[in-house]
Amino acid sequence: MSELNNRVVEKYRNNFLKEVEANVEEGDWVKMCMQCGVCAGSCPLGDAWEHTPQKLFMMIRAGKRDEVLSSDAMWMCTSCYNCIVRCPRELPITHIMHGLAHYAARLGLSPKNQPTQKFAQLFWDNLTKTGRVNELKLGLNLYFMNGFSEGVKKSLEMRSIGQGMFFAKRLNPMEILGGHGVKDQAGFHAMLDKAREIEDAKLDKFGK
Amino acid sequence: MAVQKDIGAYICSGCGLGDRLDCDQLEKVAKSDGRAKLTRQHEFLCSKAGVEMIQADIDAGDVSHIVLGACSRRAKTDAFNFENVVMTRTNLREGVIWVRPDTDEARESTQEMADDYIRMGCAEVKYQDLPAPSQEQGLNRNMLVVGGGITGMTSAIEAAKAGYNVGLVEKAGHLGGTAAALYKRVPERAPYSLPVDNGVDSLATQIQGNPRITVYLNSTVTKTSGAPGRFSVDISTESGDTTTENFGAIVQSSGFEPYDMSQLTEFSPESPDVVDQLGLEALAKEANGGAIKRPSDAKAVESVLFVQCAGQRSEKEGHLSYCSGHCCATSIKQAMYFKQANPDTDTVVMYTDLRTPGAGGEDFYRSAQKQGVIFTKGEVSEVTPGDTGPLVKFNDLILDENVEQNFDLVVLATGMLPNSGVNIDAPAPAEGEEVTETPVSILNLDYRQGKDIPQLVHGFTDSHFICFPYETRRTGIYTAGPVRRPMDIKQAMDDATGAAMKAIQAIENSSKGLAAHPRSGDLSFPSFRKEGCTQCKRCTVECPFGAINEDERGFPQYNEGRCRRCGTCMGACPVRVISFANYSVDSVGQQIKAVDMPDEFEEKPRLLALACENDAYPAMDMAAMNKVEYSAYVRAIPVRCLGSVNTIWITDALNSGYDGIMLLGCQKGENYQCHFVKGSEIAHIRMSKIDDTLSQLQLEKERVGTHEVAITDVERIPQIINEMAETVQKIGMSPFKF
Amino acid sequence: MAKKEYSFYPGCSSQKGASSINYLISTNSMCEELDIQLNHIPDWNCCAASIGYAGGGELPRLALSARNIALSEQAHPDQDIVATCAACWLATKETKERLDESADLMAETNQALSAAGLEIKNNKEVRHMAEVLIEDFGYEALGAKVKKPLEGIKIAGYVGCQTNRPFGIDGESYENPMYLDKLVETLGADPVKNYDKKVQCCGGALAFSEPEKSQDMIKDIIGAAYDGGADMIVTPCPVCQMNVEVYQDQINEKYGTKFNIPVVYYSTLMSVAYGRNAKDSALNGQIIKAKQLEAIANK
Repeated sequence: MSELNNRVVEKYRNNFLKEVEANVEEGDWVKMCMQCGVCAGSCPLGDAWEHTPQKLFMMIRAGKRDEVLSSDAMWMCTSCYNCIVRCPRELPITHIMHGLAHYAARLGLSPKNQPTQKFAQLFWDNLTKTGRVNELKLGLNLYFMNGFSEGVKKSLEMRSIGQGMFFAKRLNPMEILGGHGVKDQAGFHAMLDKAREIEDAKLDKFGK
Repeated sequence: MAVQKDIGAYICSGCGLGDRLDCDQLEKVAKSDGRAKLTRQHEFLCSKAGVEMIQADIDAGDVSHIVLGACSRRAKTDAFNFENVVMTRTNLREGVIWVRPDTDEARESTQEMADDYIRMGCAEVKYQDLPAPSQEQGLNRNMLVVGGGITGMTSAIEAAKAGYNVGLVEKAGHLGGTAAALYKRVPERAPYSLPVDNGVDSLATQIQGNPRITVYLNSTVTKTSGAPGRFSVDISTESGDTTTENFGAIVQSSGFEPYDMSQLTEFSPESPDVVDQLGLEALAKEANGGAIKRPSDAKAVESVLFVQCAGQRSEKEGHLSYCSGHCCATSIKQAMYFKQANPDTDTVVMYTDLRTPGAGGEDFYRSAQKQGVIFTKGEVSEVTPGDTGPLVKFNDLILDENVEQNFDLVVLATGMLPNSGVNIDAPAPAEGEEVTETPVSILNLDYRQGKDIPQLVHGFTDSHFICFPYETRRTGIYTAGPVRRPMDIKQAMDDATGAAMKAIQAIENSSKGLAAHPRSGDLSFPSFRKEGCTQCKRCTVECPFGAINEDERGFPQYNEGRCRRCGTCMGACPVRVISFANYSVDSVGQQIKAVDMPDEFEEKPRLLALACENDAYPAMDMAAMNKVEYSAYVRAIPVRCLGSVNTIWITDALNSGYDGIMLLGCQKGENYQCHFVKGSEIAHIRMSKIDDTLSQLQLEKERVGTHEVAITDVERIPQIINEMAETVQKIGMSPFKF
Repeated sequence: MAKKEYSFYPGCSSQKGASSINYLISTNSMCEELDIQLNHIPDWNCCAASIGYAGGGELPRLALSARNIALSEQAHPDQDIVATCAACWLATKETKERLDESADLMAETNQALSAAGLEIKNNKEVRHMAEVLIEDFGYEALGAKVKKPLEGIKIAGYVGCQTNRPFGIDGESYENPMYLDKLVETLGADPVKNYDKKVQCCGGALAFSEPEKSQDMIKDIIGAAYDGGADMIVTPCPVCQMNVEVYQDQINEKYGTKFNIPVVYYSTLMSVAYGRNAKDSALNGQIIKAKQLEAIANK
């Protein structure tokens, strides 16, 4: 039998499921999916996904590790929670999507130039810098995330919206200089570092 | 009509009857046309005073037959419950005023309707006698249970608990049937998480210690004759020893055979590592909690695939078209055998639709998922013997891809075939046709119509799944468990209890001469006038319940205990010699004739509706309650079953000037709703031949219509009546109004 | 009625000069009229919303909300936490529930918090302002404060996602929650019946990263409001408000529509109906002006 065949055979062993259960947020729910497809039909971006949650769960059970972790599907989640409230098996699907996305990003397997991934990372970096979101910097970073010239173009496109927000006092150019943040910067960052440290230790344990 | 009949007619003027109808006129009609000896009116007939008024006349010996002109016979049955008197109810409320508009124009035709119903009631009662039990009753309180599996054992124990003695016949040398071959069974109690003991030993112990239960092992039933309350049964051992025992009722729990997996050639059934579910049970029993080993080389199984719906739910040649119900839960249970022994075993259940019926089914499914059983929606196309184990080709239906994969073991979830004995309705083999296999009879009934219980579909014994489960077309014989329909152990045990209860009811009722379902409690039974009988055998052939045997000269021999009192024999009889004390060709025929027939030029047609008392007539009552109006030209007569309709009634009605006739009966065929199973179907066949009569009389075909209706057809039945009225208006009045 | 006090979590977008500062201003006015005192959680931090997941793993994200809860426990021990932002509420409530369910996560979270000298007991209710209004006041009491009924205005109640799912307002259905419609009615305005896109997702944070897909959905949300004859749209969520309001020009350009419909907060409506002026009601915060509300506020 061919090497390809061996690979396909290996895919249908349930090791990847165990990996997901151990490492992905709410991943131990994946095995409880009963493949009804209600999530797929309830997703507002259902048409835009390469794989619906239903398929992702099946792929995990079929051991399709690379395909799952490099999928852009979970990055299409808008966090509308429609799948969660409709799932007859009460799987926390939204959280599993977030968990898969995070896990893929962490392993460096997520698709290149995935816009939501970039934005989500920008958002996290932005908020963890001072403890509060700086909307102006977040917006500018977003526009410039694909390089300087793209950024200028995008900024021009969005100019009227920015102006509208400014005149409505809902955008403050002075934020560029620093803006809001928590007072206890040291404690805040120590807490996040500690949380990350605990989580990394758990992942290392499984890796061994 | 030999004895003196004193008719009393009682007219109620309550419930608006007095406002809408001229009750004095009704009394007059009862007296003059109905020949009532005595008539009375009451403004509240069902009240204590009204009932006492009637009872006083009965007690005084003034009346022997009474006609109540009030509400439907289906209403106020507790109030109008008189003993030792023949009674008929004419339906002036639901049948007349509630279906007619309260207008001046409608008043005349509404009154005519009521007048006719009074005439009809008086005519009917004149031809009725008080029914008395027949003299053939026996009272044997013992119950026979045929088949000693989980179902039969449960039936026996339940009947014994209720105080009845039971004979339990089992063809094998031990009790337990298929369940005894199971390592464990699906749990039937919360938390529905793991397989439980198969339960056979516990039941067998209960039976062994029960003085009311006699077990006949290695035995079969070689002859069954008689009727409820007096069955005579030959029980024979393999060696040929026969004992004859008497029983009051029978529960047949003959179970099922597994589908022959060797027919599924695409799945390499010859391979030792491809087994069916019972095969896997044997492996699990052998392992007894340890690692299950595959048959070919005794290697501990590390990966196993369960193929659901193997040869089932498929229209392919040789496959079963139906779902066997238990197999999904059984595979889930078997997958747990592996997970319990070694949680790292790859266990995949491949299904197209997973079905886990019952209260705990879903929980059991979830429990397997929690244990790591993988459920894959896919279709297996082929299993070939691979180098390292069976190689399975399947299409993953969610991921839409074709996959090949090796497993150590493949389990085929095949279906159930009922052990229902001989199909008595099977066409006889054509001459020269080779008979490959003769099924062995289970009951060997000494009945005119054949050795075993009639079947409905796919060989399962006939029972109405929803309305009357366990009931067969052989009164006093009940089927339970997978012989009746595919089911799991829990359902079979429920079934067993239900069938035992029905059997007890049959024993008690038949001893008093009372009918079983659906005319429970009816004392009347059919009898025939031998001097008029032409030995045509129609009654013996058409009886849906095999109640009538034939004597050596071909005359019918009634077994009243087996009779359900539907009157199909009466409807069948071409010479009209069959009748019941209170239901006969005359009791209906005279009603038809009693109607006042206006002449052709009055432009008042008369329509006859013969309505089944089980569904059609109640539906008409409900139409009335919902104030659905219908034509005032119709005269409705309830009949026990459309099967009891004798074509002479149609001929007579046409001859006496009726302009249209409607037969309203239940749904027939595979999904029948006929309470007597075949009655409606037989009526339809008979009526398909009524065209000859019509053409002889040179009448239009449209004048007679036969309809299948349901109890819910509250709008449709009035519509059928109104359409007939329109039809008559179109084609004109009948010329036979003399 | 006695003054009601809550431990208030305003969230990043309600900060001065941020995108939903108008929500905070109108909420403050509304609360003054209802005699509600909002005690801001001292030194609160961002909740990471629902989009923080790429960078933040489960525990760092839980730690963020846990810090806010711990600070609230310290500062306002007897008060429920109340948020106006849907994402703030959701993230905080989710954290509360997940820590309740898992002793391990609770221990790990406290381990992280201890690095900031904090500890969470997790015994607080986490509530959305809409819950406070409906449950602690009720429609009748809310209606009693109306000074200027919003007569003649037809309003589409756009509930959106995160105030509705997965938690929602008690007693409401996920598929057709009625509380905004009832609130609109309470204020004397006319709710759009059977608003088809009431709980449709606007794209949330993906309005930034996947603008085309999001605007396609926003177009339907606005279109359905027009179909129902709406003069304006009301929403309880800052992301909903922003997404549905600010992209109307871009949508018009792309789809040839002529959308120009104001999108306001329930607090905007209540502030106006309770007789507060345009400034207190933050009507100047509308990019698409709510002229009918301005007319009433200026009366």
